[in-house]
Amino acid sequence: MSTWTAVLLTAIGCFALKALGWALPGRVLENDRVRRAAVLLPVALLAGLVVVQAFSSGRSLQLDARAVGLGVAVLAVVLRAPFLVVVVLAATTAALLRLG
Amino acid sequence: MSFGAIAVSSGLSVLQACATSLLVFTGASQFALVAVLGAGGAAVSGVVSALLLGTRNSLYAVRMADLLRLRGPRRVAAAQLTIDESTAMAISAPAGLERTAFFATGVGIYLLWNLGTLLGALGAAHLGDPARLGLDAAVPAAFVALLAPRLRDRDAAAVALAGAALALIAIPLVRPGVPVLLAGLAVVPMVLRR
Repeated sequence: MSTWTAVLLTAIGCFALKALGWALPGRVLENDRVRRAAVLLPVALLAGLVVVQAFSSGRSLQLDARAVGLGVAVLAVVLRAPFLVVVVLAATTAALLRLG
Repeated sequence: MSFGAIAVSSGLSVLQACATSLLVFTGASQFALVAVLGAGGAAVSGVVSALLLGTRNSLYAVRMADLLRLRGPRRVAAAQLTIDESTAMAISAPAGLERTAFFATGVGIYLLWNLGTLLGALGAAHLGDPARLGLDAAVPAAFVALLAPRLRDRDAAAVALAGAALALIAIPLVRPGVPVLLAGLAVVPMVLRR
């Protein structure tokens, strides 16, 4: 699959998911399982993405400057720093470590 | 800005980064797609991760359809603008101002998000080696920042820990991109619970 195909499929799919919600009747929200799945699925996937992006390189586990950047990011999030600040702090930390 | 920079350092062109923000317009899904593509995962697992993250917008849309009661073209525009922020603003707006709050937030973020993507993408395209700039460390940081506001209760924290553990175990065992999908299985016990 080319990058363009992936981008366009994601665009179509994400719009379809939004449009689907606009077409469904409001009583779907009364179903507890539907609500729990939609709220918790992003939590599970984002946690998986954090680990994969911080600790892997291809199929091998790897501990490097990204892990320190992650630690700084967690600290920044706990201190309620805004999104861009969290990201820039993590990147700067990793870049400085690699200079040394 | 961070999306544009991360997208380009993951191997997308500036045009592809901008097209993603213009057409997909839902942050977590966009980050997931480019992260999997950049990590050398199969494109299809990137697309599936992005779509799974996009399911929460369906839930927001059900609420918004009920609250805003729109028809025709405004309904289509509203669908594309249904994201975390516009939904949150519409829900917390005083009675009668829900539509204004929804569209002002949605359109405002749409413009800023796309402008930021363009600037970040152009910046990264001119800066050279992403690892030297620490842009690879920016990716997990972005996911932490997206995750944190969702950790509202014990169930969410348990699902996050389980998802992280599943992904960690899966990294050496399956193709890049797939560990993220396996992390999604962490919701199963919570959803099946009565």
